[in-house]
Amino acid sequence: MAFDKMELRDVEVWDGNFAAAQAMRQCQIDVVSAYPITPSTPIVEGYAKFLADGYVEGEFVMVESEHAAMSGCIGAAAAGGRVATATSSQGFALMVETLYQASGMRLPIVLNVVNRALAAPLNVNGDHSDMYLGRDSGWIQFDAYCPQDAYDLNFIAFKVAEDHDVRLPAMVHQDGFMTSHTAQGVHTLDDDTAYGFVGDFKPMNDMLDFENPVTHGVQTEEDWHFEHKARQHNDLMTKVLPKIQNAFDEFEKLTGRKYNIVEKYDLDDADVAVVCMGTSVETAREVALEMREKGIKAGVVGIRVVRPFPFFEIQEALKDIKAIAALDRSSPNGAPGMLFNELAGALFNTDTKAMLSGYVYGLGGRDLTKKHLTELFTELQANVDAGKITTPLQQFIGVRGPKLAFL
Amino acid sequence: MLEIRWHSRAGQGAVTGAKGLADVISTTGKHVQAFAFYGSAKRGAAMTAYNRVDDKIIMNHEKYMEPDYVFVIDPALVYTSDVTINHKDTTKYIITTHMTKDELIASQPKLEGKEVYTVDCIKIAQETIGRPIPNTPMLGAFMKVSEMYDIEFFKESMKRILAKLPQKIIDANMIAIQRAYDEVK
Repeated sequence: MAFDKMELRDVEVWDGNFAAAQAMRQCQIDVVSAYPITPSTPIVEGYAKFLADGYVEGEFVMVESEHAAMSGCIGAAAAGGRVATATSSQGFALMVETLYQASGMRLPIVLNVVNRALAAPLNVNGDHSDMYLGRDSGWIQFDAYCPQDAYDLNFIAFKVAEDHDVRLPAMVHQDGFMTSHTAQGVHTLDDDTAYGFVGDFKPMNDMLDFENPVTHGVQTEEDWHFEHKARQHNDLMTKVLPKIQNAFDEFEKLTGRKYNIVEKYDLDDADVAVVCMGTSVETAREVALEMREKGIKAGVVGIRVVRPFPFFEIQEALKDIKAIAALDRSSPNGAPGMLFNELAGALFNTDTKAMLSGYVYGLGGRDLTKKHLTELFTELQANVDAGKITTPLQQFIGVRGPKLAFL
Repeated sequence: MLEIRWHSRAGQGAVTGAKGLADVISTTGKHVQAFAFYGSAKRGAAMTAYNRVDDKIIMNHEKYMEPDYVFVIDPALVYTSDVTINHKDTTKYIITTHMTKDELIASQPKLEGKEVYTVDCIKIAQETIGRPIPNTPMLGAFMKVSEMYDIEFFKESMKRILAKLPQKIIDANMIAIQRAYDEVK
């Protein structure tokens, strides 16, 4: 290989951004086309530095906007390269048009999304508004809860996205600042092992294969459009989760670190459970353990794969829970939260008698404290004791002013 | 769980200091977390950075903290920020100041009855590194107050973390760390 390898310690103290940049280096990405935005900037900055220092053989394309950044990624991926970039918030919003192009063209791009609030009002801190904006775009969405996850899930994202049975782009989400700028111990893989897990990029329908000319980015009207979309949805619904499970299994064999499509913590005998994403999962796990010392059988469910939504895995995880809280870190703006809706949809035709309530929290980086979570678990237990939901179905956690509750 | 809050101005190196400390501690097998509140911070704006240290893996991501130690690396922040917010009875303060401890407490009555240590990190940094970057001296003072590690081990560890800097700057930082270790009261 025409580049230098980097010696890493077994445990490095990295923030989520640097962990993602290191994973991108180790995957030896051919093209990064990027337009930096807070808080994701250090990811592409890190890749650019590795490239300049001779640790990667690739191209860094500087562009004039996030729309152009993803357009550049689409071009490079269609040409036949391993491609990735990173963005957040407003940048993600500007990419949205091209996100649908990437998935519709079946291009296995990996996008690191460092989750951040959407304006207005302008805010650089972490919430899941951008993640939620992307959820119908046809991408696979992985969610990291800490820097270690952000590192590991990048390898898994490439492996799944580039699989010829999948050929769909994938996002790796991490919480802005709470993961992206929080340094923690990260267990590393050496360069050869990491690259070996992902493997060489195997092109498919690449435009630079002149022996086998192909067309990308076609127009189909009512004659074929629906078939393309239906097939894409079919592959998301039927092919992707088994491939993710295989990748998780292989990764566990390699590293001992086990990921699950739906993460279950202290759930086996739990009466009450919180379902959430991002750093909140880990804080909730800690609080659940403390609740158990107080006699409340608390558990936590973390959504590891947001899309395709793990409908059956969620049914299974929550089947014996008596009171469930769905925590959404994005303003639903006139509806129940996304997780509330997905859980309700998954559980509706089952035998469960679980009580499901929704909570909106943490917008614009507002702290989710252990005290909030203690109150939440206590409220769920009160529902169990009363045998009915004692609160409105949608509440807000941690917002100042008069208590807000709906439904 | 050991928890530390840094009070700094953006550009004085609190984030680098917090991450450097986390890195050193991590090499001894403990679990660490280092983070900061940025907002749309500009150079010179008051900011806070944080460390958590534990024998177990750290899952708590709340920003709320009742610190065991408060580091103040800019002397004016004692007056313009509430450096005692969310304190515990056992919270220890290491404060950068040119004043004596008594003068400092008289000028900021909130520190009355608190366990306060003083050291002039700004002066030390200026005289050794040549710039008012008070982060590494603060860590030298912390080693003395906490007795966390032998100072020679700590300096050797910091050499690795600062390895990308010119040798002259690394050497100056070592002197700064040692001076703060010796001078903190």
